[in-house]
Amino acid sequence: MTEKMAIVLFSGTVDKILAAGIITSGAIAMDMDVDIFLSFWGLAAFHKDMAGKDMRMSKDFKDMAPMFLKAMQKKNIPSWYDTLKKAKGMGNVKIHACSMTMDVMEWKKADFVDLVDDVIGVGSFIGMASDAKMTLFI
Amino acid sequence: MQESELREIKALKVVDARGTSCPGPLLETKKAMTAVPVGGVLETLSSDEGSRQDIPAWAKKVGQEFLGFVTESGYDRLFVKRVK
Repeated sequence: MTEKMAIVLFSGTVDKILAAGIITSGAIAMDMDVDIFLSFWGLAAFHKDMAGKDMRMSKDFKDMAPMFLKAMQKKNIPSWYDTLKKAKGMGNVKIHACSMTMDVMEWKKADFVDLVDDVIGVGSFIGMASDAKMTLFI
Repeated sequence: MQESELREIKALKVVDARGTSCPGPLLETKKAMTAVPVGGVLETLSSDEGSRQDIPAWAKKVGQEFLGFVTESGYDRLFVKRVK
């Protein structure tokens, strides 16, 4: 049976989403399936008003953020969007939106970028995580 | 394999992943492997130092044979044989 990885993506800063994207790509390369559960700021970042426009970084390294963004551009590091898009094209990556966050913010599935597959509750995610070999909280 | 033996290898497919960062070379290797027939060798060109560890780890996981790598100026040539 294919091994699985589950990720809770709670953070919405580009550095952490990119990390989630790179780890997802690695898991796909290693023949694993990946479920990503987007909640709170992680889900906010996938909103069409935010994705690709909001480049905020982790506050604890705010002073290094401009240098980091510039270096990433120079090295042609793909955006988190492109990283996840490519991972989805190469393997079984499912991205789930948290229904509770959507309820609070009054968002609809159509408000999110096309990477988002469906809307689930935390119970479904726990079901996925209990089948997974590893679960990360980012 | 010895470096001299590796340098003798005629790969059936060469994938140039130089200039891409981790996990680019690994993903390119995985993708290109499907185009190599069983018994053939895939050669990946990578400037990401992590590939020296990642590509053998991937080969072990998916049951292919990592033959080794040779270092050129600014990049490595990594060889994986498709055994299944």
